[in-house]
Amino acid sequence: MAGMKGPGNRGPQSGATLSDLRKSSAVWRLMGSVLKEHPAALAIVAVCIVVSSVTSLASSLFSRSLIDDYITPMLNAPTGLFAGVGIGPDYHPLAIALLRLAAVILAGIAADLAYSLIMIFIGQGTLKSLRLRTFTKMESLPLRYFDSHSHGDIMSVYTNDIDSLRQVIGNSFPRLLQSLVTIIATFVSMLVLSIPLTLVSLLFTLLIFYVTTSLGKRSKTYFTRRQKNLGIVNGFIEEMVSSQKVVKVFCHEKKAMEEFRVINENLRSSVFNANKIGNIIMPVNSNIGNFGYVFIAIVGALIALGGSQGWWLGGIGGSAITLGTIVSFLTLHKNFTRPVSQISNEINSIVMASAGADRVFALLDRQSEVDEGRVTLVDAALKDGVLCESPVRTGRWAWKDGDTLTPLQGHVTLHTVDFGYVPEKQVLFDIDMTAWPGQKIAFVGGTGAGKTTITNLVNRFYEISDGSIEYDGFDVRDISKPSLRRSLGTVLQETRLFSGTVLDNIRFGRLDATDEECRQAARTVYADSFIRRLPDGYDTILDADGGNLSQGERQLIAIARAAVADPPVLVLDEATSSIDTRTEKLIQKGMDSLMKGRTTFVIAHRLSTVRNADYIMVLDHGRIIERGKHEELLGQKGKYWELYTGSGIS
Amino acid sequence: MFKTLLGQVKQYKVPALLTPLWTTAEVVMGVLIPYVTAMIIDKGINASDLGNIYKYGAMMTGIALASMLFGILAGVFAAYSSTGLAANLREAMYANIQRFSFSDIDKFSTAGLVTRMTTDVSNIQNAFQMLLRTSFRAPLNMVSALVMCFFINGRLSIVFLVAMVVLTMFLTLLITRAARLFKEIFKKYDTLNAVVQENVSGIRAVKAFVRENQQIGLFDKAALSLYNLNVKAETLMAMNHPVMSLVVNGCIIALSWWGAHFIVDGSLTTGQLTSLLSYVMTILTSLMMLSMIFVQLTQSAASGARIAEVINEEPDMADPENPVLDVAHGGITFSHAYFSYSAGGDYALEDICLDIRPGETIGIIGGTGSGKSSLVNLISRLYDVSEGSVKVGGRDVREYSMEALRMAVAMVPQQSVLFSGTILDNLRWGKEDASREECIEACRKACADEFISEFPDGYDTVIDQGGTNVSGGQRQRLCIARALLRKPRVLIMDDSTSAVDTATDARIRDTFSEHIPGVTKIIISGRILSIKDADRIIVMDNGRVSGFDTHDNLLSSNEIYRDINDMQSGGSGDFDQNS
Repeated sequence: MAGMKGPGNRGPQSGATLSDLRKSSAVWRLMGSVLKEHPAALAIVAVCIVVSSVTSLASSLFSRSLIDDYITPMLNAPTGLFAGVGIGPDYHPLAIALLRLAAVILAGIAADLAYSLIMIFIGQGTLKSLRLRTFTKMESLPLRYFDSHSHGDIMSVYTNDIDSLRQVIGNSFPRLLQSLVTIIATFVSMLVLSIPLTLVSLLFTLLIFYVTTSLGKRSKTYFTRRQKNLGIVNGFIEEMVSSQKVVKVFCHEKKAMEEFRVINENLRSSVFNANKIGNIIMPVNSNIGNFGYVFIAIVGALIALGGSQGWWLGGIGGSAITLGTIVSFLTLHKNFTRPVSQISNEINSIVMASAGADRVFALLDRQSEVDEGRVTLVDAALKDGVLCESPVRTGRWAWKDGDTLTPLQGHVTLHTVDFGYVPEKQVLFDIDMTAWPGQKIAFVGGTGAGKTTITNLVNRFYEISDGSIEYDGFDVRDISKPSLRRSLGTVLQETRLFSGTVLDNIRFGRLDATDEECRQAARTVYADSFIRRLPDGYDTILDADGGNLSQGERQLIAIARAAVADPPVLVLDEATSSIDTRTEKLIQKGMDSLMKGRTTFVIAHRLSTVRNADYIMVLDHGRIIERGKHEELLGQKGKYWELYTGSGIS
Repeated sequence: MFKTLLGQVKQYKVPALLTPLWTTAEVVMGVLIPYVTAMIIDKGINASDLGNIYKYGAMMTGIALASMLFGILAGVFAAYSSTGLAANLREAMYANIQRFSFSDIDKFSTAGLVTRMTTDVSNIQNAFQMLLRTSFRAPLNMVSALVMCFFINGRLSIVFLVAMVVLTMFLTLLITRAARLFKEIFKKYDTLNAVVQENVSGIRAVKAFVRENQQIGLFDKAALSLYNLNVKAETLMAMNHPVMSLVVNGCIIALSWWGAHFIVDGSLTTGQLTSLLSYVMTILTSLMMLSMIFVQLTQSAASGARIAEVINEEPDMADPENPVLDVAHGGITFSHAYFSYSAGGDYALEDICLDIRPGETIGIIGGTGSGKSSLVNLISRLYDVSEGSVKVGGRDVREYSMEALRMAVAMVPQQSVLFSGTILDNLRWGKEDASREECIEACRKACADEFISEFPDGYDTVIDQGGTNVSGGQRQRLCIARALLRKPRVLIMDDSTSAVDTATDARIRDTFSEHIPGVTKIIISGRILSIKDADRIIVMDNGRVSGFDTHDNLLSSNEIYRDINDMQSGGSGDFDQNS
């Protein structure tokens, strides 16, 4: 009996075939790794399965001996003089046989329980380690992966794919093994009883197998169609509901409804066809089994009554067909057909899970971010004018390359850098620029000009296609990624908060920051006053994504996060875009103190943020077209001047 | 809830009712089979009567054929009616969602609605199919098999009753404990998925702060507690099979022992004993199946409740009885309008009094959360005022049919949404039967024609889902053109040119004053430049109107406006098109 369904239903039969199964290497890899991890436990499981199958067979064989060996002799037992001490038949042999049977059954049940429990630990353990491996892998993947896969697809690996493997590891394989043992054992017992009856039974079993696979093939087409239509309906609902505002504003409801009816009907009919076939496989199979039952009864009776005694009519042992033989043969026939249907069912579910396994392993097989950097970031202190490593934060950093320490200054240089997110489309051309230690560099330009992209190259979210980036004299590729990124405090264009308290979210910037340091950071960037007005102040729990805060408030927390990190270099990508001009004015002082003495890269569209930059880069279509100080650029009357005065004619 | 769900069976009522009929027939046939088998053994084989064997053999073949036929019918009908119910549920939900006001949609959330229409509906479909097929079959199987047993031998059948009581007690215990565990497991899944979700969407933040290991730690913790619960639940469920096996085999032994006695007595035949033994499995598996149905129904009950909620939700906004269908002019009046997104919540707008003349160009400016969007949402009645009133064309917006009002008040929302389809398809959202020329004309006014004609496929260029193949500024211009196609009385642009460069922005405003002078134009913008030439400007602050006058007057009278202007002085405050 199958366990209760956990989340992630198995769905109806997909009509899988054995050849589908061979194609999926992932399932085999999964099984291989399970086998390698738990060889002893699996050996015990296999033994238990054999014991459990054999004992259940023994109990069904018992009905033969019950009638032939125990009841019939009792019926024929002589009554009267020589009948023994008591009057009536002797129940002793029956009692002993039944006790023996009970013992066998108990052994079977114990084996059954043992292997189920072992499989639970193996199955769930494998799922747990698979989840962790997947997540760990995901965290190490380059951003390209997240750019090229929809969030829904990635999530689905965790919500559907991994769970579907539970069935395969925990249920399908033990059941397949069990069915196989049952089939072989039953087949042998049938042969022992009667060869001709075995042939009859085999004939019907083959028929069942044939019907199941041919129905399965048909349902497979419907199943594929069902998946496709399901995708269409999902997409439609997603698009229409999330854009309901537009639908309403344009009174598009009726037309949307008509479209929905059509795709809804398509979905219905394909699900119907897929489910229909899934539903009829069972009654068809079990009744083919029944036809076999009748045939065996007739053939068996004909042989028994005909009295012919050829060796080929009996079983392998040469025993003749008796009434008891027919009765137990009928039971065996049922035992024989049931696992055949079961095997085809299990193959179906393995194939369905194999699609999931393929996706899980595809993720696991991906190439992690490359990091062969050797230079690391360390806290440093000046001792007698000599720079040395410090175990505590000093507010001073150094690059450690082997044994040499180089002070961190924040000198970043880009040499003729080219870059494209995809090889076919270059987005940055020949970027040459230098940020001297402590300078504030601003990037200005239209959407898609490449401002954010440049900062994404400095922290190596993406790898440049050509040219080089130097950081305090090191090629950024020589600096270990964690060190590189820790040295750059980043406020991203899109604010992401994590579920947890406000304090947790600020501390995200630096895990060992004290509560007071977090509060101080919030005060610096003017976030303290609104945080204290939240229901639980700094301990207010934020939704995943911080849905209960306004966009501007979320940005303030993100800035506080960067402030508490207290990094040597800052990257502010539209850090104040959602904060209204008045609040921005208030936090300006805090921002200024944050940027003081640090090399800062600023992307902003507000004048106030850009005007006092040491250097302004004007980007257009991936190239730096103008650069200089605010006044110089205005004097050039070029693109900057156009943007600034809004008087340009494009 | 059940009433709501069953009410959606509709045209599938007949097949739905026939399914149990077919299952009944199938079950009756199935139960007869062991009985006939007993006949074959007793009257045929034991009596050495070939004639009887043929007779009962033919009977059994006939019964098996009928059983197969009914089984197929039941399967087909069950699939037909359950998928039909699912389709009806989706349609009913979708139809009602269309009637939802924005506050209703906010209440359920888009993601929530999508889940309800997909996952929850599948759950109900499966539960309904099972209900139709199994919930009749299992008790029927059980009862009819029991009847047959009593028919064969009443005294021996007491064994079944004892077994059933034992098994029922065990299953009840198991299910109640398991149900509790599974509820907890679902919660743990939510926690786990939340961590994944946050990491997928926040991967940049995670990587920028080198927080990979911390997040892996969080995930590991969630995965571990899920593992513990799962092992607990599965261990519990693993008891099922051994106990079942114990009871079944206990029955077999008991039947064999007493059966042997009865056979010796002569009150039972060997064939009858064989039949009784084969009924053991039927009865006890049916009982087991019933318990599983019960479990699945309780699990899908939650889905049912979620679906019913959507279907039964009364939209909080409805058309009046005799709606006004014509908006006379583009004048707008707010009188003491108050508005709050949730009843009893803080006001997002307070005491708004405004009088806007037809054909006026109005700018709206103010900080984040000052109520600019809320204000214009009231004009096209995307939300209803909490107190006071909003009039368009001289009549309260609640007197119009919503369609008529929204046809006359065209809004370009902040979020520029395009749909999969060609550019023309998207434009025709504005006016279904618009000709190509009309569309091109509208695009010219919105300064969109210039970039569309540069596309290789021009107006037939296909827009990807979400409109990802056009830039933000292009998307906004298409949205403006779409609104212009309506030929509205009022045109509302909610920060709709934020991604359009300042020069183009200025040109769009010029064409507006030239080509649609009679249309009331309301422009929300963060850029002073976009609104300073408006006839009058509304300055919003904290949900209130802090000033409503011309640019020059506001400069002298309104401190907030002056502040904003100073910050953006020198012309444009924006360098770029991002906002």
